[in-house]
Amino acid sequence: MSYEPRAASYKPKETLRSGQLKCFAIVCFARSRLEARSRFMKRPFPILAVITGILLGYAMYMALVGAPTEQTMGDVQRIFYYHVPSAWTAFLLFFINLGASVYYLIKRSVAADIVALVCAEVGVVFCTVVLITGPIWARPVWGIWWTWDMRLTSTLVLWLIYVSYLFLRRFSSSGQTPLLAAALAVLGALCVPFVYFSIWFFRTQHPQPVMGGGGSIDPRMLHVLLLNWLAFSCFAFLVCWSRYRLEKLQREVDQTHAMRSLLDEPARRTRSA
Amino acid sequence: MKNPYLFAAYAATWIIHVAYLGTIVSRYARLKREIEELKK
Repeated sequence: MSYEPRAASYKPKETLRSGQLKCFAIVCFARSRLEARSRFMKRPFPILAVITGILLGYAMYMALVGAPTEQTMGDVQRIFYYHVPSAWTAFLLFFINLGASVYYLIKRSVAADIVALVCAEVGVVFCTVVLITGPIWARPVWGIWWTWDMRLTSTLVLWLIYVSYLFLRRFSSSGQTPLLAAALAVLGALCVPFVYFSIWFFRTQHPQPVMGGGGSIDPRMLHVLLLNWLAFSCFAFLVCWSRYRLEKLQREVDQTHAMRSLLDEPARRTRSA
Repeated sequence: MKNPYLFAAYAATWIIHVAYLGTIVSRYARLKREIEELKK
């Protein structure tokens, strides 16, 4: 046998081929998983969407027609059936975001990170509804669109915290982004009880809470309120589910792209050599 | 809905939700195109 001196960077052709095959197998596996996920999405999602649509339609009918008209405010009070359930849904989503963020901080789970992101995003949408429907109700009742009282200001601050969370997730490319976002989410969630209890501890222009705060409500109104909350919660769940699948798919596609570039790289090197 | 404020509040709510759903649908469409390219 004759000895041939070779450079340190030399790699035999067989190793390159097996590496390419391995990468190709991973890409094929990722593709099959993407297809399986698309098929899974097709079955129960439309059924749940139809049920939620019917529930939302019925809840809207009850809010506009079924619920009794309030004596002093008249029809404007019906904004309450969208404003309050939207706020409760936003708070619920921010609490789920808190739980998922804490879980991510402890376990570094990718699924928890996605749940946190999705809940923050959908929560911000519901919080936006609260911040828009509130002033629309306030204008005819208080005579002003906005006042810097504790409830309104703290809700705006809460919204800004979660918008900054989403900006951090969207525009930061650091590997530490999920960790920083989880820490920010924990701080943001601390604001939620402050927003809720602000009308108990401070003198504000905002009405007293309808549940657990000394306020009273007609049982028929309460029924419509809870019905709308149920409808909005189902809607939020569906949107979160859809957004979760999208985010997971997006991450898998990104990984597949990364693997593909890995697959192409040795071939390019071989060609250039 | 005779009250304009009531109409505005309900319309604003659904415009916000539909706009957000629109962004999800467009992101899905973009992702679907990427998956089709990957299949090639």
